[in-house]
Amino acid sequence: MNRLKHIVTLKNIRQSFGTKEVLKGIDLKVYSGEIFGLLGPSGAGKTTLIKIVTGQLKPTGGEAEFLGKNTTKLSSADYKRMGMMLDNLGLYERLSCYDNLQLFAEICGMSRKRIEEVLRGVGLWESRRIAVSGLSKGMRGRLAFARAILSEPQMLFLDEPTSGLDPATAEGIHQLILEEKEKGTTIFLTTHNMFEAQKLCDHVALLHEGSIVEYGEPGEICRRHNHENRLQIRLTNGERMELMNGEASARQVMELLQKGEIETIHSTEPNMEMVFMELTGRRLI
Amino acid sequence: MTNILAILKKQMKDTFKNKEILIQFILFPVIAIIMENAINIEGMPERFFVTLFATMYIGMAPLTSMAAIIAEEKEKNTLRVLMLSNVKPAEYLMGTGSYIWLICMLGAVVFAVTGKYEGKAFWVFLAIMAVGILASLLIGAMVGTFSRNQMMATSITVPVMMVFAFLPMLSMFNETIAKVAKFTYSQQISLLISQVENLKLESMNVVVIAFNVIVAAVLFGYAYKRSGLA
Repeated sequence: MNRLKHIVTLKNIRQSFGTKEVLKGIDLKVYSGEIFGLLGPSGAGKTTLIKIVTGQLKPTGGEAEFLGKNTTKLSSADYKRMGMMLDNLGLYERLSCYDNLQLFAEICGMSRKRIEEVLRGVGLWESRRIAVSGLSKGMRGRLAFARAILSEPQMLFLDEPTSGLDPATAEGIHQLILEEKEKGTTIFLTTHNMFEAQKLCDHVALLHEGSIVEYGEPGEICRRHNHENRLQIRLTNGERMELMNGEASARQVMELLQKGEIETIHSTEPNMEMVFMELTGRRLI
Repeated sequence: MTNILAILKKQMKDTFKNKEILIQFILFPVIAIIMENAINIEGMPERFFVTLFATMYIGMAPLTSMAAIIAEEKEKNTLRVLMLSNVKPAEYLMGTGSYIWLICMLGAVVFAVTGKYEGKAFWVFLAIMAVGILASLLIGAMVGTFSRNQMMATSITVPVMMVFAFLPMLSMFNETIAKVAKFTYSQQISLLISQVENLKLESMNVVVIAFNVIVAAVLFGYAYKRSGLA
């Protein structure tokens, strides 16, 4: 498999629809083999950006590259390297799970064995004869994921893959995503779920009103925004206390630990949601 | 070719589970069989119901089914997924179109058998039907491409389909309508069907059908440029 340092490169991407500027000069790089998360609330421009990266939309300005090639000039071979799971899953409702995959297997030149392999992988082999209209939302999500990985793509684009799913089903999708990463697939994920991003992503970009307001590793971003740098302690007697994260506090914490009086201890490090709120003044959802 | 065949196969599986589309292909041939065998009024032209319903079939079945299939695929995002899997718009249209054309030709065979066409007349009838179905397919593709969803496709299809399917019938009863109807491909097809056994192809037939096809192709090109397939 062709491995480049940057699998996706965006240079000053701008996109307008009429007078509305949806993307305002996006610069971004997605590294080979990583899970990259694009975070932002609904309407931030995530789907527009994914459409540009996958060549569905020609940007108003700037340049988008996939494997070093301008996304407006992608070839059949380039599309074979991409797997996509759109926000609206795009499944054939009247066809069975198997028939849905068979269509794309024929288009991509994949074998029947591969269909069985992916259906088993997403836990839908037993349901292969059921029409999509008879599947639960979670099963549909897994089927769309199966279709996305069917052609063994080099890069997976997942647009809100767990949107509207219950936590258990979302966890199942997370496992599938991590398995794909283990195989070396690069994953471009859009989400407004901060926990998902923190759990899965190697790098995230926070998108707000068409601009990237923060970029980096999730943990590093949270640490960067830990302005208070304090420790929050709950004692066994129910009392709460906050200490500065420093040498003096360390002695105090040690004493409490030795006496067995500490029930919980946390840092004031914010999560992605709090960082997003700090940067934009609004929540992610 | 692989993609065209894959889409054709998918469409076959899908349509057999889609009663709304399936009924389009079955309705008129079945009505023609019943009417042709059940009603026999003195002075009624030979194969009256076959000619009447075959023309309606041409103006209705390929047009509405092509438009409905494309519009549904657009609305449900399946067409975008196909395009992102490197299926070319032309491949999609050929796969879907050839499937509808084949199914409609099966209906045409039913009409031909019902009308008891034999020998050369049988094949001439099928050839005329084939041309008419192709023209309707093109108009259906134009409507489907232009529409954003099934609702919009239906609201455009109904008046278009009524013009092409019913004008030939109405022109039997009204001379003014006949004068207008002769500029539609369906009326020309109807005229050709009515004289299958002694076919005299006139320039008017060819010019009108070709003109209709060219206009449909231009409108399809415009719709494609404006809305795209996905």
